[in-house]
Amino acid sequence: MASTRQVPIVDYLRIGARPYLRATECGHCGARYFDRRNACAKCGKADFVNARVSNRGALRSFSIVHRAAPGIPVPYVSALVETDDGTTVRSNLVDCPADPEHVTLGMKVRLATYVSGTDDAGTECVAFGYRPV
Amino acid sequence: MSGDSVWVLGTSMTRFGRYPDLDAVDLAAKVCLEAFADGEVTVHDMDVMAAGTLFQASTSMGQRIQKQIGQTGIPVFNVTNACATGATAIRTVYLSIKAGEASMGLAVGVEQMGKMGLLRGGSKEEANLYEPAGRYGAVTAVDGVIGTETMPGVFAQAGMAYAYENDGVGFEQFAKVAYKNHLHSTLNPLAQYQKEFSLEEIMGSPVQSYPNTLLMCCPTGDGAAAAVLVSEERLRSMPKRVQKRAVKIAASVLTSDPWVESGQVQPDVNTLTRNAANQAYEKAGIGPEDLDLVELHDCFATAELIHYDNLGLCEPGGAGDFIDSGAPFRDGTTPVNVSGGLISKGHPIGATGVANVFEVTTHLRGEAGDRQIKGAKVGLAHVIGLGSSCGIHILEKAA
Repeated sequence: MASTRQVPIVDYLRIGARPYLRATECGHCGARYFDRRNACAKCGKADFVNARVSNRGALRSFSIVHRAAPGIPVPYVSALVETDDGTTVRSNLVDCPADPEHVTLGMKVRLATYVSGTDDAGTECVAFGYRPV
Repeated sequence: MSGDSVWVLGTSMTRFGRYPDLDAVDLAAKVCLEAFADGEVTVHDMDVMAAGTLFQASTSMGQRIQKQIGQTGIPVFNVTNACATGATAIRTVYLSIKAGEASMGLAVGVEQMGKMGLLRGGSKEEANLYEPAGRYGAVTAVDGVIGTETMPGVFAQAGMAYAYENDGVGFEQFAKVAYKNHLHSTLNPLAQYQKEFSLEEIMGSPVQSYPNTLLMCCPTGDGAAAAVLVSEERLRSMPKRVQKRAVKIAASVLTSDPWVESGQVQPDVNTLTRNAANQAYEKAGIGPEDLDLVELHDCFATAELIHYDNLGLCEPGGAGDFIDSGAPFRDGTTPVNVSGGLISKGHPIGATGVANVFEVTTHLRGEAGDRQIKGAKVGLAHVIGLGSSCGIHILEKAA
């Protein structure tokens, strides 16, 4: 049976049996980026390696978004997560009620993936978020 | 007097609000002519001009304004730097005078936004076929999926990161900032809104991006502001009554955001403000304790609170205590945004960084009417443009 084709929502999300975020890491100073870089914005060197970002982290900031562009479901929690290896990631908080009583600064979270949509060819889009541990 | 200082000679702003029957050129021309009259000069005295607008940045705004105020052939710099656009226009004229290539110049900022509503955050359009695009290889719009890109949300996150790192900061402290600025605006006839709201009304108004409610967000609107800058040497050749009203630019600083670890996912509005403030205090030879009033970039209530700390107005980590103590109210120790701030005075983007220089200048001249901070001698004007840029001007009353 042919399985459904899936693509990641962004190329720094690596999907498969054990999804993770892949950063472009400066080989000189260790600064990490999620997009391609011509040179490191921290040190100016231009040698990069791929790095696997830790799937675990803590919530260092958030906003509960009630007003967004048409078509975007609200409310949702936009989160800034600091991973255990010190990389800051922005994504939605998932599997958590979108209210200040349930979202706590410093709370432990881990990476989660889910299917966020399907295109006309039947390809599924896999998105990522963080869920409370 | 230090001899090579640059001074604000004349200045003006429109009331911020909605001008459906005028265009941006009309608004800008009006304040330019008023600024000339205020400084008792004409367009023929200008050696240079800088014009700032964000949404009409590619329209030769400066030259279009010249067609309404006088085409004298002087160089025009059309500048844009997000919400720091106006400050960038002032700094451009300042640098031209400092370089000795001009002795007098005009800086103008203008924006016509109408009821633009929410800024940033793309609409969610489901792609027909998923194809990676852009620097992140995104196959579809990501706003609302990979966090928020909207301005109320981004600045909410900036405030909540401060709350994470420091005690005594929460929803109520952010709301108090908006309470203060709405209250202040009732004394400013140039403010877009001039209405007091209770803390309960502010906290109970519709949530945009928690903790920012509607009454904690600046409105969009139309407006313009202008300033004529002059070299000290040329100022000394002018009538005494003009010299008396001139205000010294003790520091003019523009910074961009240095690298920080989290900067790629969350614009860092802190480090570049701290850097600009440190440079500005050093150049002016003063400290934050010497400021009689501050106009800072309160695009959202969460932003104002963190800038108390970034500008050194409070103890490190003490922004929550600072607002709780009443210090930034107009009768407090460091009045902040006595104009009503962006939250209530309004934020026509290109005009903002000139309008806060207008505001501080007006207080230092003792001409601010009902909202006058009595005896004000030194004031600071601060703006942030996401991207990011920070502009700070410290102004001093003539000796």
